[in-house]
Amino acid sequence: MSNVMLEVKDLTTKYITRFGEDIYAVDHVSLKVEDGKSLGIAGESGCGKSTLALSLMGYYFPPLHYTGGEITIDGRNITGMNPDDVRKSVLGTEIAYIPQSAMNALNPTRKIIHFIEDVFEAHNPLATKKEIYDIAKGFFETVGLPAEVLQKYPVELSGGMKQRTVIAISVILSPTVLIADEPSSALDVTSQKMVIKMLRSLMNNGYVKSMIFITHELPLLYNVTDDIMVMYAGQIVEKASAKEAVFDPLHPYSRGLMGSIIVPEEGLRDVRLTAIPGVPPNLKNPPAGCRFAERCLYVRPLCTTHPVRLREIAGGRTYRCILSEEELREAYKNG
Amino acid sequence: MADKRKQVCLKGTGLTKVFGIGRQQTVAVDHVDFEFYEGEIISIVGESGSGKTTLAKMLLGLIGTTEGDIYFQGKKRDISSQKKKKEYWKNIQAIFQDPFSSYNIFNKIDSVLLDCIHMRGGKKLPYAKKLELMTEACGFVNLKFEELTNKYPFELSGGQMQRLMIARIFLLKPKILLADEPTSMIDACSRATILDMLMQLRDEIDMTLIFITHDIGLAYFVSDSVYIMERGIFVERGSADEVILHPKEAYTQRLINDVPKIYEEWDLSTV
Repeated sequence: MSNVMLEVKDLTTKYITRFGEDIYAVDHVSLKVEDGKSLGIAGESGCGKSTLALSLMGYYFPPLHYTGGEITIDGRNITGMNPDDVRKSVLGTEIAYIPQSAMNALNPTRKIIHFIEDVFEAHNPLATKKEIYDIAKGFFETVGLPAEVLQKYPVELSGGMKQRTVIAISVILSPTVLIADEPSSALDVTSQKMVIKMLRSLMNNGYVKSMIFITHELPLLYNVTDDIMVMYAGQIVEKASAKEAVFDPLHPYSRGLMGSIIVPEEGLRDVRLTAIPGVPPNLKNPPAGCRFAERCLYVRPLCTTHPVRLREIAGGRTYRCILSEEELREAYKNG
Repeated sequence: MADKRKQVCLKGTGLTKVFGIGRQQTVAVDHVDFEFYEGEIISIVGESGSGKTTLAKMLLGLIGTTEGDIYFQGKKRDISSQKKKKEYWKNIQAIFQDPFSSYNIFNKIDSVLLDCIHMRGGKKLPYAKKLELMTEACGFVNLKFEELTNKYPFELSGGQMQRLMIARIFLLKPKILLADEPTSMIDACSRATILDMLMQLRDEIDMTLIFITHDIGLAYFVSDSVYIMERGIFVERGSADEVILHPKEAYTQRLINDVPKIYEEWDLSTV
């Protein structure tokens, strides 16, 4: 199984609040990303998508704490490493992370090339400025950014350009896994498309071996990723191929989520939007049973009392519900 | 909706806004004309910097116009004094993009809602009646007034704040509601809830709804007519089906092409 780039087993992390309460924002999450594949993570605000991204890096700082589980990147176990070692030998080379407002991370008083020099200083101190410039220039051109950008200050670039520059800087060391957390949500549709095109070409050219893409925008996720994982209240509720997840969701929550998609395509004007009533549970004291039970239309008495395990069905799909596939489909057919 | 289009509700002729002077001049809105009908749902779509929000602010009377006139219900709008402005705002209300900055942080939720009741001339009502009105309004947006009373706006989540904003509109019952990117800060799932509520509200009090958005999917889904805005002018206008499914202008075509779709192939080669 050498082509598994990232494997996570039962990862659990928690926030400890000011008042000493534990909030398990990522609860026993397991996932696997293979070489050349991308995994999308979908879910409402506050379901733990971004916390999962932070947790995957193995780089914990308060209030986020590690509680259990294992992270293996390209055969190397990084769990329990001390944060300094993680920063030196994992971040940048093994895992690159693009946070939500990445473009605001650029120091306005420095030219773009300086950020790249910083990256090389930390990971390859022997490289000379000339070498770094040549590598950077070559790399920027292959990803479709003009080389002049290197000599510019961040304020001279547009929002979309800045975002693409940050992505280019973060992947210049060819990381094994790229974690992109809402990389395009602050951009307009055209810049968004350019960012996506760039991410795709990075994958196709092998600069990035695998990708985790986080967004709540489902049409985008469908177009970018191979597999989609739906999270709810810190847990995985469904994992399937992008096509299955969007057109044939099994879990009642994923179904509600997919019902809220709006795209400008013929015939979709008459579709009724399905809003999921209610709000997600408070993770300070999560419900004993299924976390979605309170909002679920197909709730059974057992749901609220028994914790629900992930079920695996044919085709590698998994979902978290006490009902079997047939029972669920039957329920959906009857409305 | 043909029967509902009784008469023109809001009309603009040659509306222009210029910022700055001399060489620094920027024409944000450039001689736009429009007629919005009563009970119609309108979307004004455009990219960042196309002048959508400037137009919205002019319609609301938050900034002055450089040129052109706005007519409200057939009469030229008069907001020359504060009193007349307040009178105008009884008829036109807005929901903004960022619910976090829409509230006065020092005022409790109760006073936000009470203000609306007072604005509708309910100042002299007994408190029990006001309470009933507030509870009804909160109920309409799936909030519980008992949970909100005596709280400050920052104690609510973004979605709750945005819903409370709709509860305000429910109390105010304006003729026109201008929603400036009402769903761009909240996730897709809550977006459906908010849209649902806005639609219900429209049916309830029969108002004109103007969406200002860059979300073309949303514009297509909700509106009767769509206006596409580029660099301060309307480049294309018409019914939602016409404009979104069969766009004529190159700009509109590009804009629609750039939206990720799920049934059609998303063509990445155009950028």
